Amino acid sequence: MAFLELNNLSKTYGNGAKATEVLSNINLHIEEGEFVAIVGFSGSGKTTLVNLINGLLEPTNGEAIYKGNRVVGTSHDRGVIFQNYSLLPWLTVLQNVAIAVKEAFPKKSKKNRDALAKEYIEMVSLTPALHKRPKELSGGMKQRVAVARSLAMNPEMIIMDEPLGALDALTRGNLQDEILNIWSKSKRTALLITNDVDEGMYMADRIIPLRPGPNATLGPEFKINIDRPRNKIALNDNEEFKKTRNNIIEYLMEIGNERTTNSDEIYELPNIEPTDLRWRFKR
Amino acid sequence: MKTDTLLQQPQFLSNEVMLDLKDLKKVYPTPKGDYVVLENLNLQVKKEEFLTIIGHSGCGKTTMLSMIAGLNPSSAGEISVLGSPIKGPGPDRGVIFQSPSLMPWLTALENVMLGVKKVFPRATKKQKEDICKYYLSKVGLEGSFYKKASALSQGMQQRVGIARAFAIKPKVLLLDEPFGMLDSLTRGELQDVLIEIWNKEKITAVMITHDVDEAIFLADRVVMMTSGPSAKIGDILKIDFERPRTRKAVIDHYNYYTYRKHLIDFLEH
Repeated sequence: MAFLELNNLSKTYGNGAKATEVLSNINLHIEEGEFVAIVGFSGSGKTTLVNLINGLLEPTNGEAIYKGNRVVGTSHDRGVIFQNYSLLPWLTVLQNVAIAVKEAFPKKSKKNRDALAKEYIEMVSLTPALHKRPKELSGGMKQRVAVARSLAMNPEMIIMDEPLGALDALTRGNLQDEILNIWSKSKRTALLITNDVDEGMYMADRIIPLRPGPNATLGPEFKINIDRPRNKIALNDNEEFKKTRNNIIEYLMEIGNERTTNSDEIYELPNIEPTDLRWRFKR
Repeated sequence: MKTDTLLQQPQFLSNEVMLDLKDLKKVYPTPKGDYVVLENLNLQVKKEEFLTIIGHSGCGKTTMLSMIAGLNPSSAGEISVLGSPIKGPGPDRGVIFQSPSLMPWLTALENVMLGVKKVFPRATKKQKEDICKYYLSKVGLEGSFYKKASALSQGMQQRVGIARAFAIKPKVLLLDEPFGMLDSLTRGELQDVLIEIWNKEKITAVMITHDVDEAIFLADRVVMMTSGPSAKIGDILKIDFERPRTRKAVIDHYNYYTYRKHLIDFLEH
């Protein structure tokens, strides 16, 4: 039995003639300790898939099975890192993390809970911002708080919905390393949803493309047989990396080509040259 | 690390040079004293060359591009197009911005028409419309001529932005991370659209990006900027792939990952 099983999962929004099937027949098995990345594009139903796994949505057909039990509602066992951070704006960094710790460990004393929250805030290097509110933080810092909040609850499985999409390359790289660090140290199970093939190749054991919705399904899986820790520069000399990366990109290009439509109408370009208007700008 | 003075740049004949940046400098005054964004920037771009610029956020890439566009005055140095110094913005330099920057109340066609009307004042109405329609269909918008910009998705709006820039037949095309806000599939599609039109028109292009693969796929040369303050050119990589290029041929080329490693190595240090 796999750690997480999705069996013929599908989700339809709306009723009757207006019904749209966003996800169709999703089948996926994730083993304990595995890091799986799903690569998909805008509007392909990625967020719907995340919400079906974490229990925020009910599937129309099929089921999600977590450690042998059907997923009904959310659980502390599965921590989610959302794309839009979802911090509480009126609470400080410490309070935002502590509120999650309190929820997960209600029996701990406040002192112990704060200590635990601070430990994770330190792990994402935000101790100097402990008493700042979200509006005083940059996007990267906010996402760090969200990462600390999610991991401080000590979930068995980390589910990430494009967590780093809005960040610049440098911040993104640092947070990828922090997440990998925590994942490997405590051997959690992880599911990453991303639109970045390189992020998937750097972090995951397997990459599975999500074919665009409506009726989105999972494509063939690509195994990333590359030793950890991986090095972004050295990867470019690794034959396995080059081969797998090219295979994934070519697969995604095929999906892209299916999407484009060509019209038959041909427009002729008149053969005229623009007037030189540079004189107008002379001062 | 290489400094700008040690950096060997190719010497072009003066009649080959489209864009020439000489000792460019930009300073912003702040209450704590002057903040030097760029300094000692020297760069020549050849006619029909596609140049990409990569660097970290805040390194002054956008400042440099907006100075070339004439939207932001330089503090010292000179920028010339075909030998004559620029004095403010002009239709010889088309710009594609990071956000599409369309007039939301105008249709796709009207947005492109705005510039076309200015640079083709003597053309007939039919000719002007044909120009707009030609480029809009080139970017895959033949079904959306009469849709309001506000009714288009971000990817489609960015396509209008590309059509608008090409339609005025600029001598230099300036692109400021035009695909940065799009997901990678749409980004790939629009790179293909851009390079297809560029292959035909061979407009000199300078494009800022933070996407290493995009930089390699499109460019003849990739310029690497050091982080600011006082950003300068850290290194230049020549991309020796034949044109026209296809993405498949590029990623399968034996040199591709060597180039990629070079650029990532620069960005990680």
